[in-house]
Amino acid sequence: MPEKFDVVVVGAGPSGLAAAYKLAEAGLKVIVIERGEFPGAKNVMGGIIYKKPTEAVFPEIFKEAPVERPIIEQRYYFLTDTAKIGFSYRNPRYKEDISGYSVFRAKFDRFLAKKVQEKGALLITETVVEDLIVKDGKVKGVVAGRKEGEVLADVVVLAEGAHSLLAQKYGYQKPIPPQNLAVAVKEVIGLPAAVIEDRFNIEPGEGVAIELFGKATAGMVGTAFIYTNQNSLSIGVGALMSDLIKRRIGPNDLIEAFKNHPAIKPLLRDGEVKEYLAHLIPEGGYKGIPKLYGDGIVIVGDAGMLVNSIHREGSNLAITSGALAAKAIIRAASQGDFSANTLKVYEDYLKESFVMKDLEKYKNAKDFLEQNHDLMTAYPDMMDEAFFELFMVDGVPKRDKFKAIKEKALSKRSFWQMVKDVYGLWKGLIR
Amino acid sequence: MHAQGVWVFVEHLGGEVAPVTFELLGKGRELADDLETELAAVLLGDGVRDFAEQLFRYGADKVYLIDDSVLKDYRTYPYAKGIVKLAQKYTPEIILIGATTLGRDLAGVVATWLNTGLTADCTELSIDKTTRLLHQTRPAFGGNIMATILCKTARPQMATVRPRVFPLPEPKPRIGVVVEEELGILEEEVPTRIIKYEEEKGPGVYLDKAEIIVAGGRGLGSKKNFRLVEELAEVIGGVVGASRPAVEAGWIPYAHQVGQTGQTVRPKLYIACGISGAVQHLVGMQMSEVIVAINNDPSAPIFNIATYGIVGDVLEILPAITEEARRVLAGQRGVR
Amino acid sequence: MHAVVLLKQVPDTAEVRIDPKTNTLIREGVPSIINPYDAHALEEALRLKDKYGGKVTVVSMGPPQAAEALKKAISYGADRAILLTDRKFAGSDTLATSYVLAKAIEKIVSQEPVDLVFAGKQAIDGDTAQVGPGVAARLNMALITYIERVEEFNPDEGYVVAVRKIEGRKEYVRAKLPALLTALKGINEIRYATMPDMIRAARYQPEVWGKEQLDVEEAFLGLKGSPTQVWKSFVPQAKARAKVEMLTGSPEEVAKALVEKLVPLTLIANK
Ligand SMILES: Cc1cc2nc3c(=O)[nH]c(=O)nc-3n(C[C@H](O)[C@H](O)[C@H](O)COP(=O)(O)OP(=O)(O)OC[C@H]3O[C@@H](n4cnc5c(N)ncnc54)[C@H](O)[C@@H]3O)c2cc1C
Ligand SMILES: Cc1cc2nc3c(=O)[nH]c(=O)nc-3n(C[C@H](O)[C@H](O)[C@H](O)COP(=O)(O)OP(=O)(O)OC[C@H]3O[C@@H](n4cnc5c(N)ncnc54)[C@H](O)[C@@H]3O)c2cc1C
Ligand SMILES: Nc1ncnc2c1ncn2[C@@H]1O[C@H](COP(=O)(O)O)[C@@H](O)[C@H]1O
Repeated sequence: MPEKFDVVVVGAGPSGLAAAYKLAEAGLKVIVIERGEFPGAKNVMGGIIYKKPTEAVFPEIFKEAPVERPIIEQRYYFLTDTAKIGFSYRNPRYKEDISGYSVFRAKFDRFLAKKVQEKGALLITETVVEDLIVKDGKVKGVVAGRKEGEVLADVVVLAEGAHSLLAQKYGYQKPIPPQNLAVAVKEVIGLPAAVIEDRFNIEPGEGVAIELFGKATAGMVGTAFIYTNQNSLSIGVGALMSDLIKRRIGPNDLIEAFKNHPAIKPLLRDGEVKEYLAHLIPEGGYKGIPKLYGDGIVIVGDAGMLVNSIHREGSNLAITSGALAAKAIIRAASQGDFSANTLKVYEDYLKESFVMKDLEKYKNAKDFLEQNHDLMTAYPDMMDEAFFELFMVDGVPKRDKFKAIKEKALSKRSFWQMVKDVYGLWKGLIR
Repeated sequence: MHAQGVWVFVEHLGGEVAPVTFELLGKGRELADDLETELAAVLLGDGVRDFAEQLFRYGADKVYLIDDSVLKDYRTYPYAKGIVKLAQKYTPEIILIGATTLGRDLAGVVATWLNTGLTADCTELSIDKTTRLLHQTRPAFGGNIMATILCKTARPQMATVRPRVFPLPEPKPRIGVVVEEELGILEEEVPTRIIKYEEEKGPGVYLDKAEIIVAGGRGLGSKKNFRLVEELAEVIGGVVGASRPAVEAGWIPYAHQVGQTGQTVRPKLYIACGISGAVQHLVGMQMSEVIVAINNDPSAPIFNIATYGIVGDVLEILPAITEEARRVLAGQRGVR
Repeated sequence: MHAVVLLKQVPDTAEVRIDPKTNTLIREGVPSIINPYDAHALEEALRLKDKYGGKVTVVSMGPPQAAEALKKAISYGADRAILLTDRKFAGSDTLATSYVLAKAIEKIVSQEPVDLVFAGKQAIDGDTAQVGPGVAARLNMALITYIERVEEFNPDEGYVVAVRKIEGRKEYVRAKLPALLTALKGINEIRYATMPDMIRAARYQPEVWGKEQLDVEEAFLGLKGSPTQVWKSFVPQAKARAKVEMLTGSPEEVAKALVEKLVPLTLIANK
């Protein structure tokens, strides 16, 4: 007879762990099943973890959590084929009032998992959940890829990440089209702390996050990032799967091109590649969000497309959605009813939180960017030419320079097109 | 009492002393000379008295002998008891044992009973003359690092040493003293009995005894191409060796692997074909007398230790060498 | 049948680093695994349990994280797990390790009789193959090293027969019980734990024994009880030779040149 739990959580990423933590804290009998050797094993590399949303679920966790550097400066770079245009905001206040830390997921997720176990949830690793047990349309448990693999539960929390095979199998998620999936390639580049602090103009115990747009990617439109860790940099490049397929470019070429960009190369000099990984990011946005609950099931984190790709936020949405799902399940448990009707409050909770509000705000952004594919390259190119002229001290009167710049710009993009772009940007991103 | 003397355990099987014993006597001689002390061979067995003379020729000043029918087959308990008895009585400063399966089985028990330190699988031994300490160097963590180990507080200092790490010394006519002791153990006291043997079938690979080794690496590219290595070996009367990737690709069984996790070899001639010369491979073959390296990458590290180097495609060069050797050897035979 | 399996958690040797100051291993950040030889030893013990019934106890000495390795052993089907951990045990060489392990086995024996002790042939971090024989020596147990399988287990007549593999041959060795056997790698296929066993292991907490729980003398523990010490460690380097002589030309030309060099050296055997 298979053992029955109150809740089975599929996947020990931030979303699944957050759900398990809250559920176990409420005294429910919880089991988390993870296919990796340990939580975070498949997510070996760095990223930014946001302090406040994480602490809202895991109180006081940053007193001991393995973090790399608090981020005190955020830079945005726009790249053309050769040039870089940058904007940055830096304030040491972020050191007191921390927003985010660079972390290694392999360490961080493992640490979170330990906290979850301390609350009484069981963690099973190296075990793939292959299927759900469904009777009369109601989810009753999971089937793990081991002998006697059935595990029963009142509710299954699907926290399986971007691949979301189970969510797709049961029709919660349609097979994600390639234009809604980004492929991200990440590397960890080892450098001595002193070199990092020198190169990025920071003190020990401070970190920088750089987001890059434009032609960061083999001449393709894509985004990239560089985060400072203690003794390494986490760098990554992402591009839409559909673009990669169209252009026949492999993930490897992507990151090589990025690393060799003249504005990036000096930042990485003499670094040693320590880890390499490719990963998917769901980019469906608000419109891509599937139904997030059913009879005996809820879907959290990346598996539910809860990713804010514009701001490169994911883990915070994952953690918050996991905790809200737990809240809904705890409520359902108190009523002894795990039907879709009861679990539906999960969606209401999400709507009240920043998760859905943020995602809704950007709901048109993706379509807009997709329909205006060249936006991310046309303007940087234009700005590049403009700045090049402007900063070239050559005896040409400034008035003539501005005139030339304006003419050149208009020859590339009509005035009306630019007005349209600005309106689109405002509508899609800012409003 | 003051510990004195360097001892070498005599390993033998089927009426023959294992070559590692002679190699250790050669090294033991150097150590004993550095310490200005004597070198002794520790000989246990049933009807093994006659080995003593050979042991003297390879450098021993003295042979401690226990000859007893209980010692007919090697078994841990009576052998270890015998050595411990000798060591407690004659207090050697150093005991060296071959790092063979037999030697490693024995050494762990002897060291424990003597309550002393033991360093496994050494690849280098030397004496610090000021402290009289034995510097014992060995690979650790899968060959990723080398460590030099000292045993300061206990005596004897014990080490096991891989076969072929030290050269076989030239035997010289010499004489020495035999010191005989009783074992004092009855068969009933021995907790193990060998009830039967099975000789391992199939053509054995005696890589560690081979004079000529033709070894192939990943550069061969396929199992089919690996035949080229075997052909040259056949023609020049050599044994086939391989790097780890060649073994892992299934081109040849593990028994042929040379290197850190394979065999240590010391042939007169080692021909490395399509092998880059990673340190884990080199440590297993760098003691070869003449090394020929064939590789299409002129910067391959194998050329740093080669006697003769050939830059080019191994798939073209190997057949040419095989052909030439065949021709020349046939000619020699014709003349004779 | 009651078997004790000695099991060490080791760093994956593909990824080790050494602390240059202390010459000791930096375990942090290096993935840990059950020593592969010990995993096969455990499997052999579990097979005996499957066949004869009884119990398998796993014992490991190491830092608190070694509990992970023990829990994994529980998931394969071991019944009881004991972690030997204490600051005083740190820095043990094989002599001090075998001391603590032997003391732990004595304590287990005082609680319930033990027929067999299994160890791996060697641990892949140190590759010494000394701890198994050392434990047998301390407990005065019969020792069979390098076993390929247990051929016969006869508790009524008090013996075990194991097949051991040594250079050039296999020996069938009969030993009085209790006996200590050290296992080779790859001798059996390690089972894949069932889901109920995974759940049992996730719940299981190994017993923890430190210095206080064992009848040990401090002088024999850890660094103090270890006669051998790492004096220095360094990265292996191949010995450079006298300059290489490069042979150039067409394949035929280099072949001719090479054979010309080798024949006079009588390097090429004339079969
Ligand atoms: C390159 C890159 C950079 C990023 N940078 C940031 C950043 O800086 N800040 C940020 O907040 N977010 C970032 N994100 C997003 C963030 O990583 C994700 O949003 C977050 O990890 C989602 O958490 P999750 O728990 O939903 O899924 P995951 O973290 O993907 O976890 C899912 C887990 O489920 C397991 N699993 C899957 N299927 C099964 C199964 N069938 N059985 C058992 N286990 C299973 C997986 O092994 C995995 O451990 C980044 C993402 C990428 C790819
Ligand atoms: C802990 C540990 C233990 C190890 N133990 C061992 C061991 O015992 N033994 C061992 O061998 N390795 C061992 N290794 C592996 C070792 O590090 C190397 O990976 C291995 O020796 C490389 O084998 P190779 O030279 O055949 O392959 P490669 O390094 O891939 O070299 C192939 C060479 O062939 C050349 N080549 C390719 N094509 C041609 C051609 N057509 N003609 C001529 N040349 C060509 C290339 O230029 C290259 O130099 C160990 C590694 C570790 C980490
Ligand atoms: N710390 C330890 N805890 C438990 N068993 C050990 C330990 N160290 C060694 N062993 C056992 O002894 C065997 C040989 O180890 P070694 O002598 O270190 O190569 C291993 O395969 C284990 O079975």
